[in-house]
Amino acid sequence: MKAGIVSYGIYIPMYRITAREIAKIWGKDPKEIENGLLIKEKSVPGIDEDTVTISVEAARNCIKRVRVDPSEIGAIFVGSESHPYAVKPTATIVGEAIGATPEMTAADYEFACKAGTAGIQTSLGLVNSGMIKYGLAIGADTAQGAPGDPLEYSASAGGAAFLIGSKDKIAEVLDTYSFTTDTPDFWRREGKAYPRHAGRFTGAPAYFKHIISASRGIMERNSIEPKEIDYVVFHQPNGKFPMRAAKLLGFEKEQYLPGIVVTQIGNTYSASSLIGLSAVLDVCNGGEKVLLTSFGSGAGSDSFLLEVTDKIVEIKDKAPKFSEFIRRKKYLSYGEYLKLSGKIKLS
Amino acid sequence: MTEGVARFWREIPHRYRLLGSKCDSCGRVFFPPRVLCPECRRKGNISRVALSGKGKIYSYTIVKDGANGFERQVPYVIALIKLEEGPLVAGQIVDCSPDEVEVGKPVELVFRRVSEDGEEGIIYYGYKFRLAEEEN
Ligand SMILES: [Zn+2]
Repeated sequence: MKAGIVSYGIYIPMYRITAREIAKIWGKDPKEIENGLLIKEKSVPGIDEDTVTISVEAARNCIKRVRVDPSEIGAIFVGSESHPYAVKPTATIVGEAIGATPEMTAADYEFACKAGTAGIQTSLGLVNSGMIKYGLAIGADTAQGAPGDPLEYSASAGGAAFLIGSKDKIAEVLDTYSFTTDTPDFWRREGKAYPRHAGRFTGAPAYFKHIISASRGIMERNSIEPKEIDYVVFHQPNGKFPMRAAKLLGFEKEQYLPGIVVTQIGNTYSASSLIGLSAVLDVCNGGEKVLLTSFGSGAGSDSFLLEVTDKIVEIKDKAPKFSEFIRRKKYLSYGEYLKLSGKIKLS
Repeated sequence: MTEGVARFWREIPHRYRLLGSKCDSCGRVFFPPRVLCPECRRKGNISRVALSGKGKIYSYTIVKDGANGFERQVPYVIALIKLEEGPLVAGQIVDCSPDEVEVGKPVELVFRRVSEDGEEGIIYYGYKFRLAEEEN
């Protein structure tokens, strides 16, 4: 297709809490938690950060890498399950903050952790049809797990922005393919603070079924074998799931480890697979084939088959890479974490 | 719409994008933006310019007694920043402990929540600053 990726940018808040620190509070064995989830630490948003601010920072890092006038962006889609407003779009605030308004369309997307890739697909369609010149798709979240819930070790914060267009592409989108069913594995009712989930038995019918079906589907449709793909990136609710999915599909460590980011930042929900893709783009030099498959509970997966172009080397150093967000961090105690997350109510 | 929300709305370009103004006759840059250059008056020619948000700490104060809505943030730092383009702007320095802040240290722009009208009201977003990593 003529539309592809023109630029990318991420943002991860600088605060971290270790799985060890959380385990200590709940009387769990830290080693067992670390080995079970393969999460060492997770990012925590600052007290004045939310999905809007994280989206703006990711979008600014995306724009920084290229010479594109933001007023040429014809559409902005922000996928998240933690939009600060129930009614009033995140995407309009982002549009204003990067100078893309007012001649553009905008919408917020919701599809658990795959709302960001849904925005990429929509942007690809709009660019391919000639309706817009550039589309900006963002996946961002400030995910919360109830204190004591297993999700507390993983639910974290981050964002990734992708500029979609048809000129000066850093990656061609060779194909995109989705696999969707009605599966009640994880949900949150309107007005409730924390999500509910069907427990640990949801892996097989939800995550694995959708990730594997979408990944197989796109590979079969394009007659491409795992060994012809340089890097593979999946949604990362923990470290174990994406690695097991990669092995089941026949991928080796060198193909899937560069895109595993959850071990160091936790599960950033709508941003998870997109930050993984960004970490992979950071180490690409042109010519690499990349398979990206997101997953959103409820449930569905979007797969993308990408071919990185030589342009990547011109732009990747112009904004902070994943490695820089990992280097700059501040650790929190469990008490500080509760205060930042607003889990302590003030009288 | 309340007067607070209306005023915020009018100020969105300079709060979100640090949009200032520049006198093309004498080169002076203003933030918040001005419509008339105090030097050149009617001979001046004012245009809009987005500021980089890069600057140095000119002076600062540590707030230990937070106003309503800021209780969770104390102690925090409010500083005057001398922007690269010239103007002085007041803003909070985030993501650091007060003892890391020194006059002359470089800062960069960040986009954050500034305040909100309670749990049900509008959220006010805008610029703040954080310490920039020193250039090597
Ligand atoms: Zn003048």
